[in-house]
Amino acid sequence: MRISTIVYELKQGFKNIARNWMFSLASIVTMAACIFIFGIFYSIVTNVNHIVKSVEEDVPITVLFEENVGKEVIEDVGRRIKARPEVLDVKFVSADEAWETFRDQYFGESKDAAEGFQDDNPLANSANYEVYVKEIERQGSLVEYVEGLEGVREVRQSEGAAKTLGSFNRLVALISIAIIAILLIVAIFLISNTISTGITIRREEIGIMKLIGATDLFVRTPFLLEGIILGLIGAGIPLAALFVMYNQVISRILEKFQVLDGILQFVPASQVFRVLLPVSLALGMGIGFFGSLFTTRKHLKV
Amino acid sequence: MIDLVDVSKTYSKGQPAVKNANLHIEKGEFVFIVGNSGSGKSTLIKLLMKELDASSGTVMVDGINLRNMKRRQVAKYRRKLGVVFQDFRLLKDRNVYENVAFAQRVIGRPTRVIRKRVPEMLTLVGLAEKYKARPRELSGGEQQRVALARALVNRPDILLADEPTGNLDPQNATEIMRLLEEINDRGTTVVVVTHNKEIVNAMKKRVVAMRKGVIISDEQEGEYHYED
Ligand SMILES: Nc1ncnc2c1ncn2[C@@H]1O[C@H](COP(=O)(O)OP(=O)(O)O)[C@@H](O)[C@H]1O
Ligand SMILES: [Mg+2]
Repeated sequence: MRISTIVYELKQGFKNIARNWMFSLASIVTMAACIFIFGIFYSIVTNVNHIVKSVEEDVPITVLFEENVGKEVIEDVGRRIKARPEVLDVKFVSADEAWETFRDQYFGESKDAAEGFQDDNPLANSANYEVYVKEIERQGSLVEYVEGLEGVREVRQSEGAAKTLGSFNRLVALISIAIIAILLIVAIFLISNTISTGITIRREEIGIMKLIGATDLFVRTPFLLEGIILGLIGAGIPLAALFVMYNQVISRILEKFQVLDGILQFVPASQVFRVLLPVSLALGMGIGFFGSLFTTRKHLKV
Repeated sequence: MIDLVDVSKTYSKGQPAVKNANLHIEKGEFVFIVGNSGSGKSTLIKLLMKELDASSGTVMVDGINLRNMKRRQVAKYRRKLGVVFQDFRLLKDRNVYENVAFAQRVIGRPTRVIRKRVPEMLTLVGLAEKYKARPRELSGGEQQRVALARALVNRPDILLADEPTGNLDPQNATEIMRLLEEINDRGTTVVVVTHNKEIVNAMKKRVVAMRKGVIISDEQEGEYHYED
């Protein structure tokens, strides 16, 4: 197609939107709601994942030994773990050190209460390695490997917080997917309706075009462009809103829960939008294009 | 140019609208098609435009058999034709210039060409000054001249006109026919369906008469014989 023809078709696409503005508006609003929820969902999940990761990375895997294993065995296990590529650092914690840490944590101020255990370390068998991994995803294979080593009684993984946050993530994802699915159907329906109303309004014109010798593509292009434009506007508005809101919400959260400052590491907006922006625009464009494609195919008998 | 061999067209129910039509039209001819209402004239024109397919028989135009055609080819084929109707079929929301330019847009002509061709055509039909007017601001005769300019702007080989003067007073009707004759003089094959007895008889052209779907006469320098 020539540039001047494309410009003409684009103008017709915008004209369709203006002439049919009520339906167009409804399509854009629905699309916007859909992308907005998608954006919120994506932001929450990304941040929760990020937090889970940073929490998990701070918590090591603990490798405990069977009773009365020799020093050589323990040292050998330490060497083997250190040789694994996924391991960042290995720290040996002797039984005494383990007891001290435990005592500080649980008895705190009233250290005297713990004095009774002085010579009889209740954690006598708790000499262990604290293993820090490079990537949390590779923790599973490491645990499997270490469990198979001789002398190893138990491998404890960090769970607690990670597990709770993980299931929270799944809940957010499920609810979002359900809402998005419903809105997506409504958006497709409305765009399809907008396009078919546009076709009805322009039926006479389309008839004349065909008699003059317009190809199917020429007749369809303004409607396809209309769908794409609606989709892009419908995606652009919530993206702009989300971008403005994102930093505000984070600073609000940190303000409200000042204890969390430093513990919670939020993902910067630029990093979130590096994915969210292209995905949302592609989603809007895709829905607009395919909604229009199927509608024009049906109504223009192309 | 146009060759109909044993062409019949039956709509989903009822009698055939066109029955065993045989018609040969040379390049550059001017042909009237006359007949009562319902005699099948519009159906014949629609067969030539490939708006309809013949139920049987062969329709050949410019060496192309209209039966075996893909949709893309139909669009291309129609660019050889210019078409004019009784009800003008102009785009009401666009001015005269845009209505004529539309035909060039549709076939993908560049703006540079459109800017040159459209004023030429409007001058030919005598509407150069009214290029900014909307269809509703024009008389019937003027609207039909816009439709004619639109039909001619793509330089068609064949002009098909279905009762182009049906909604016009005698003076405007005569003016439109004069334009059709001028277009024919420039080499375009012209096929005109009409009811206008006076004009047919005055113009001394080939006249094809139809009745109940059948071509009943075909005469050079023919006359329009009324019969009810
Ligand atoms: N779309 C259609 N469906 C069914 N019958 C039709 C249709 N168009 C025309 N006819 C019938 O075909 C016959 C010829 O119609 P037409 O070609 O329009 O005649 P004319 O143009 O000479 O008045 C008429 O009997 C008419 O009722
Ligand atoms: Mg008719």
